[in-house]
Amino acid sequence: MMENLMSLLAMNFFRNALLASLLASITCGIIGTYIVSRRIVFISGGITHASFGGIGMGYYMGFDPILGAVLFGIFSALGIEFFTRKADLREDSAIAMLWALGMALGIIFIFLTPGYAPNLMSYLFGNILTVSLTDILFLTLLTLGIGAFFILFYRMILFISFDEEYALTNNTPVRLFNMILICLVALTIVLNIRVVGIILVMSLLTIPQAISNLFTRYFHKMIFLSIFFGFVGSISGLVFSYVYDIPSGAAIIFALVLMYGIAKLFFIARKSFTKKQHAL
Amino acid sequence: MFENLTYMVPLIEIRHLTVGYEENIILSDVSLTIHDKDFIGVIGPNGGGKTTLLKAILGLLQPFRGEVIFHDCMTEGNHHRIGYLPQINNIDRKFPISVSEVVKSGLMSKKVIIKKYALKDLEYAGELMNEMGIYEIRNKAIGELSGGQIQRTLLCRALVNHPKLLVLDEPNTYVDNRFEKELYEKLRRFNESIAILLVSHDIGTISTYVKSIACVNHSLHYHPGNKITPELMEAYECPIQIITHGKIPHTVLHQHES
Repeated sequence: MMENLMSLLAMNFFRNALLASLLASITCGIIGTYIVSRRIVFISGGITHASFGGIGMGYYMGFDPILGAVLFGIFSALGIEFFTRKADLREDSAIAMLWALGMALGIIFIFLTPGYAPNLMSYLFGNILTVSLTDILFLTLLTLGIGAFFILFYRMILFISFDEEYALTNNTPVRLFNMILICLVALTIVLNIRVVGIILVMSLLTIPQAISNLFTRYFHKMIFLSIFFGFVGSISGLVFSYVYDIPSGAAIIFALVLMYGIAKLFFIARKSFTKKQHAL
Repeated sequence: MFENLTYMVPLIEIRHLTVGYEENIILSDVSLTIHDKDFIGVIGPNGGGKTTLLKAILGLLQPFRGEVIFHDCMTEGNHHRIGYLPQINNIDRKFPISVSEVVKSGLMSKKVIIKKYALKDLEYAGELMNEMGIYEIRNKAIGELSGGQIQRTLLCRALVNHPKLLVLDEPNTYVDNRFEKELYEKLRRFNESIAILLVSHDIGTISTYVKSIACVNHSLHYHPGNKITPELMEAYECPIQIITHGKIPHTVLHQHES
């Protein structure tokens, strides 16, 4: 087994995959904590699926589908941020519409593309084992950007997320922060599509946070714990995927849910144990 | 007469304000001047525009017509010196944040980027938490607190930046009677140095603490005194309930045509 793992590590694609898991865990750990705390998971789901339209467009027009996804992701993020404030539209209905429209556009574009769409499955379900050096480069830049932004403006982000109205009464640049943050959410989603795919990326943004929330109720601790759990889940998923020859994205999500189940059971068991002790 | 005038330093002047949401006008042609060390109780029926008035003062709503004028002493740097205590159900109680972080968020207009808080700010935050009886729980997450403890925390946040005016929106909801009484006593003491604008539906209790009353029901009637009589309320078309204490607690509901 050990030998097996060592020979795995010697392989380029596996080292890339490890690096990608680490970067994915960091970006999703930070951004996911923001999404979950601020209760914008549904908005993030909308952005994720809208970006599929961009992937389709990339295929149809012959450029990198991820570039198309970046465009669609950013525009839909800013659109949601803008229209849910201005237009008199119920927010969740608007997001559901965008969600479906993105998927529909993607399918139409891919259908119109002559011939066969290579790697389509890897955009839907991700394939961490085919992550390229370019993908890693972009993920690294994103990690550095998010890291710097959250370190520099940590308090502002925390306070605006906690009570936006109060932040407005203090004349702080709430709108600007919301714009920047929703763009970072879109970029995190899109660049992690290569790792776990459109269908599964939301879980990388929410399951590590759900596990962390069992252990802590502080924003900064939630970020660090989420990065940790995300990384452990990704690595275990990666190994599962290699050993049993199953799709990596699905294996990672499975590992994360398994971790959540174990942690939850542990807490339930501990609770009933302390209850019994009190009863005695 | 002139002695009296020295106490009447105006902080905020609301002039012919018309404001609302989208196309709906909630308040029309409202005028009110808030002076230093005022203690104004804002009363009125639900939907009458009490919270809308606060939001216009806080700059959260832009006036359709009219203006809210801030005198120089109300402005510091880029913000107005107002401390705001929102309704408690505006707060997400599951948000991962600690008591002391919430209190320090009252200083955010000073600290946009990472930078240590000034020592005197931290000391004052500590003092406030101590006075409000939440210093021991300062590291707890707000999700673990009771309604009264959250109100104390939010009150510290509202005060930590040394406001000239404290604005409170229904601070007595979801709190027990003991805290309510304590809160009003504290407000009376804060009022020795700052002005207070207090929105409440419980006029019976606040009338002994406030110095004047603003009755808000699409329009605003200012009453420079704290005596509330059914006749007064009727004159101002302000249907509210009057509660008095006797051997047997009794409530007199006063209903009239609108």
